[in-house]
Amino acid sequence: MAKKFLSGNEAFAEGVRLAGPDVISAYPITPQTIVVERLSEMVEDGSLKAEFIHVESEHSALSCAMGASSVGARAFTATSSQGLLYMAECLTYASGGRFPILMMNANRSTALPWNIYGDQRDSISLLDHGWIQAYAENAQEALDLALIGYYVAEKKEVSTPFMANLDGFILTHTYEVVDVPTKEQAEEFLPPYDTENKLDLDNPKNLAFTAGPDYNMQFKYKAHEGLLRAKEAVKEAEEKFEKIFGRKYTGLVENYYTEDADFVLVTLGSIAGVAKEIVKRRREKGEKVGLLKIRYLRPFPNEEIAAALKGAKAVAVFEKDISFGNEGTVYTNVLSAMQKGGLAPKTSNYVGGLGGKNVSPEDIEKIFDDLKEEKEGVNFIGIGGVRH
Amino acid sequence: MSLNAAKLREDEYFYGHKACAGCGGSLAVRIALKVLGDRSIAVLPAGCMSAVGFNFPQLCFANNAIISTFAGTASMMTGIRAGLKAKGIENVQTVGFAGDGGTADIGLQALSGAIDRNDDVIYICYDNEAYMNTGIQKSSLTPFGAKTTTTPAGKNIRGNIRPKKNMFEIVAAHGISYAATASVGYLNDFMNKVEKASKIKGTKYIHVIAPCPTGWGIQTKETVDIAKEVVDCGLWYLAEYENEKFKLNYKPKEFSDVKDYLTRQARFKHLNDEDIDFIIKSRDEKWKKINESFEY
Repeated sequence: MAKKFLSGNEAFAEGVRLAGPDVISAYPITPQTIVVERLSEMVEDGSLKAEFIHVESEHSALSCAMGASSVGARAFTATSSQGLLYMAECLTYASGGRFPILMMNANRSTALPWNIYGDQRDSISLLDHGWIQAYAENAQEALDLALIGYYVAEKKEVSTPFMANLDGFILTHTYEVVDVPTKEQAEEFLPPYDTENKLDLDNPKNLAFTAGPDYNMQFKYKAHEGLLRAKEAVKEAEEKFEKIFGRKYTGLVENYYTEDADFVLVTLGSIAGVAKEIVKRRREKGEKVGLLKIRYLRPFPNEEIAAALKGAKAVAVFEKDISFGNEGTVYTNVLSAMQKGGLAPKTSNYVGGLGGKNVSPEDIEKIFDDLKEEKEGVNFIGIGGVRH
Repeated sequence: MSLNAAKLREDEYFYGHKACAGCGGSLAVRIALKVLGDRSIAVLPAGCMSAVGFNFPQLCFANNAIISTFAGTASMMTGIRAGLKAKGIENVQTVGFAGDGGTADIGLQALSGAIDRNDDVIYICYDNEAYMNTGIQKSSLTPFGAKTTTTPAGKNIRGNIRPKKNMFEIVAAHGISYAATASVGYLNDFMNKVEKASKIKGTKYIHVIAPCPTGWGIQTKETVDIAKEVVDCGLWYLAEYENEKFKLNYKPKEFSDVKDYLTRQARFKHLNDEDIDFIIKSRDEKWKKINESFEY
């Protein structure tokens, strides 16, 4: 294990090097670009033995990854925003084909208006495309997700593609000290990819076929089951990960002072770091506040959320996403989890950070102030004019 | 020529599918796979051949085969090649079969990328000159004058008003390793081109005219005959591109009658003499260029 000073993108690239994909198909888009630049350098210097394919679009990037996966190769690609939307057709294709591709997505706003900065509308708008979706808080988690991602995706009973999301710029472009495991450790953790779901010259198959109304439901249901099984696979992966690397992860959610909290903020991604600081300070003053960080949006941690929010009087969800005409999608999902868990606290939704709008510690403080007053409703942070 | 129908292997690789009687596309796929054999992986996008061959549990390819996205024939082939290479699996033919729309319209970007990278694949465009699977809509390979369901022949617009896109030379302009035109009316020529392509490294492109009785308005027994006639009347030609040179494979001594070729097809029934004269003039201009710049 070596300590390195890396950006989120670079940390992820290190994770990919350790996972050792056979094929990397890459198309550049800000703020993902540095990942594919670093990977091309690793292939050039021989530290990563992979076929690096310069594809002509994001659609081709994922189509190429599916082709590689269809002959049993481990495939990687990365994208962001418009690129993710451009390849959206291939997302359902990869999940329906049960191809366990790993993709890094640098969370970025979607046009219009054009904007290269971070929000989570790109990936959240594609929640229903059948991929596992994880959200990293920091560069270390980003690196680790590359390894855990393949482990989970490639489990036979899961066989589902994995999207690791990093907040654009805030995480992709900021530097932290990161523990980079050794190749030996990575190999101990991640077994070689072995599958029967492949084109095989000794045992020819027809893959990615049509299934009419008589059979289609069953295939869709199996994909659904596979994604749900990722819950168990994440647990198993993290236990093994801790044994080898000594770092502990907490499954689909992370509870931070939620156990006895009256007022809980639910969020995801890099903003959780800021929120933890605020929770810690408020706890020191005796306030019964907590943070629930959602680490995986799919499979959705319904039970974990209900358990974490059991004693809460008020719950707020902060997200960098809006489902136009409704509310934040994470909020909708959290409400559903609470309803199924028989919980009925006061709830509120805070939509912020769209198009990279800065979310300050004061903004998060304000949410906790509102929580204590048990305010309800959907709120937008930062629409009151330009702050210079 | 080395290959002919008598020398083809007995094995069938595309069998039991539900293509229409007289389907030119399925003939092209069947023959190409008989040339390429067991160690071939076929990639087919959304389109007629995937629609008729891949309905679970009725899967009709005896070799390995996979449906790609509509736009993704070439990019999926790229991934398959890269995966095979990374896994050290050798001596495999990766072959794509895409229609005219899947090639010249929605799949052109990916095809261009594959040729640019010189990926070691064979891309076969079976050209039936319209989106036949969805019910005969115009593609950029629909010829001038043809009536389709989106280029109706009415009083104001007389069918398709644009000429057929020149895919062969577009592909050649990439400096591709090998490209050829063919027709299911000249099957020996087609199968030999497939065989030749299988022995060349890099990207290979074969554009084979494959009539669709349903879309062209001909009898099912006329497929091969009309695929011959389109070459004989000079509206299509058999050629190759290799080592930066174009080569014509067959020059009819005298063109057969264009009007006969057109009027036996329902899709051209509405054309008047002026339209037909324009088609003949366009043909002659094309052949002038061919005679000037293609070896023979």
